[in-house]
Order: sequence, then C-alpha cells, then structure tokens
Amino acid sequence: MNWIIVLGLIALGTVLTILRTALGPTASDRAVAVDSMTTITTALLVLLGLLMDRYIYLDISLVYAALAFIATLAIARYLEGGV
Amino acid sequence: MLAIIGWIMIYIGATFLFLGALGIFRFPDVYNRLQAGTKCTTLGAFSSIVGVGLVHPAWLPKTLLIAFFILLTNPISSHALGRASYKSGVKLWEGSVIDKCKEFEECQKKEEEQE
Repeated sequence: MNWIIVLGLIALGTVLTILRTALGPTASDRAVAVDSMTTITTALLVLLGLLMDRYIYLDISLVYAALAFIATLAIARYLEGGV
Repeated sequence: MLAIIGWIMIYIGATFLFLGALGIFRFPDVYNRLQAGTKCTTLGAFSSIVGVGLVHPAWLPKTLLIAFFILLTNPISSHALGRASYKSGVKLWEGSVIDKCKEFEECQKKEEEQE
C-alpha cells in the first residue's frame, strides 16, 4: 500500500513534466521541465533501490545526478548563445 | 521507530515531487516554472532520499552523500537556466510586476552616457 501511493505520486509528477516538455512554447520551458524530471528520476532510483533491496542503485543514482547536472549546464550554455 | 520517521519523510518527499511537477505544468511563465520546479523538487528529493537512509540505516552514509550533492547542484543549474532564458530574450509574463535586471541595465546605460 505504501509503495502504491509513493510510486503513484512520482509517476503522476513525471507524466506532468513530460507533458510540459511536449507542450512548452519555448526551448527554455523544455529545458526547465527536463531539469526537474532528472531530479525526480534521481529520487525514484533511490526508492527503487529500497524496493528491490539492491545497493548498486545508489551508485547509479549518484552518477545519474552528476551527469544530469553537467547536461543542464551544457544546455544552459547553449541557450545563452555561448560556445 | 526510525523506520516510521523514514516512511513519513518518504511520503513528504513524494508529495513535494508531485507538487513541483504540478507547478511546472500549471504556471504561466518560464521563471515561475523554474522557481516552482527547483524549490519543490529539491525538497522532495532531499526528503525522500534521507527517508530511504532512515528506513535502511546501513545505507545512511551514501544516501546522505547523494542528498548533499543534490542540495549543492540543483540551485546552480537553476540559476544557469534562468540566466540563459533571460539572455536569450524570453519575455516575462504580463502579470509580473518587477524586473530588476532591466532596471539595472538601464541604470548602467545612463551612467555610460553621462561619462
């Protein structure tokens, strides 16, 4: 019962950010939606590690957070008009 | 006892993750969306990850590391995205009442003309 509520809330949130990514009028809207979707995914990976009792999911989550941070900085740099 | 506190924190985190996504879907403007998304998802991710560490106490050091990393990097990426949207010419919503960056640029221009 616990898991249904928690994972259901997170799934609804992910669907809403995907909708904003598809609808968003400008490129900045899409970048913002993807940025918060990566944060939601980091939390979801840790929760899945607890659900399936696998310690390796925490490592995956840490690497995913680092890569998402670098990707967001690269997208912001591109939108700003730099190199 | 520790597991109950951990589950409460996981519930709070999931609720805030959902509310942040709802704000991203509903708000009218890039800057409003950025603010709602970043604040709510930072608190939601932090709370649910530390909650997992409390439910499973052997994992606590690594979950604290992930939570600290998110707490450190999320404001930086939000700031970079907001700055990039302003520089690339995204307009503010018509209901916004103040634009400090524009005022600052006009003030700088005036000073240059006086010199």
